[in-house]
Amino acid sequence: MNVIDLVNREQRKDQVPDFRAGDTVKVYSKVIEGGKERVQMFEGVVTVRKGGGSTESITVRRIAHGVGVEKTFLLHSPRVERIEVSKRGIVRRSRLYYLSEKVGKAARIREKRTSK
Amino acid sequence: MKNILGRKVGMTSYFTDDGRFVPVTVIEAGPCTVVERRTKEKHGYEAVALGFGTPKRRRVTRALAGHYKKQGVDPVRFVREFRDGIEELEVGTTVTVSAFEPGDRVDVIGVSKGHGFSGAIKRHNFSGGGASHGSMIHRQPASNGDTNAGRVTRGSRRPGHYGTDRTTHQNLEVVRADAERNLLLVRGPVPGAKNGLVIVCSSVKTKPAGASA
Repeated sequence: MNVIDLVNREQRKDQVPDFRAGDTVKVYSKVIEGGKERVQMFEGVVTVRKGGGSTESITVRRIAHGVGVEKTFLLHSPRVERIEVSKRGIVRRSRLYYLSEKVGKAARIREKRTSK
Repeated sequence: MKNILGRKVGMTSYFTDDGRFVPVTVIEAGPCTVVERRTKEKHGYEAVALGFGTPKRRRVTRALAGHYKKQGVDPVRFVREFRDGIEELEVGTTVTVSAFEPGDRVDVIGVSKGHGFSGAIKRHNFSGGGASHGSMIHRQPASNGDTNAGRVTRGSRRPGHYGTDRTTHQNLEVVRADAERNLLLVRGPVPGAKNGLVIVCSSVKTKPAGASA
């Protein structure tokens, strides 16, 4: 295997939960605030999951105080501590760019109910 | 002052310990052996010759083989001399990437990629003329200067051969030094094509670590 691949492979996390665009996730990321490090949670709908290998990234969208907020995370970054899937959505696209134009009821995503 | 020879492997991105995601160039550096010591008495100056890589057998002429035998070292593919930071380097000493550590500032010297005969836009970052509206000057260097002079000013920037020059990229940050696999990860691009020989040495313009932040 070539050296570049090796270096890239090392950086990838062993385990990333299985999710795709449309799913609702909680992303726990480390933030440095006032010289201290703490873990911040950001919950929202995954609108984009793109890139491969160590550069894979996700964009998570939520409505905070009536304003749409999108945050991009590098999936394999050590700053992203863990990701939890809270809901599975039913969508017909892999990149939900249309969500940013929709407000309120139109921006809902059908939920996939899994039998337990 | 630390010096090492290496081979440019290619570029990728890397997560640093403090969480940044930075572009890096991977250099397979060392292990380098000191193949000769140049001395004031014998050669007129002080230097060490660092060797890197294993040559094809037919590339080692008898004369070279004799030279290496006299020094008591194995033949090497590349040899470069260094004049700084050589006090402790006796013939036969090995230099590895463990001499470097993350945060070090280094200069990387390589031979830039060849671009052949290039125009002034590519070679000297000229702006070029308009594309349309009857401009008629598209990628030409336009004016050549003073018509009264009746000659072209020496050193004026013209089209010509571009690339394959010895190029130094200064003050690059070492992101990681992997002694196990002889890899050096340096932030940002490095001159030259993949598999090209590069020289990595401590940055001449940066104070050593600890001197100032």
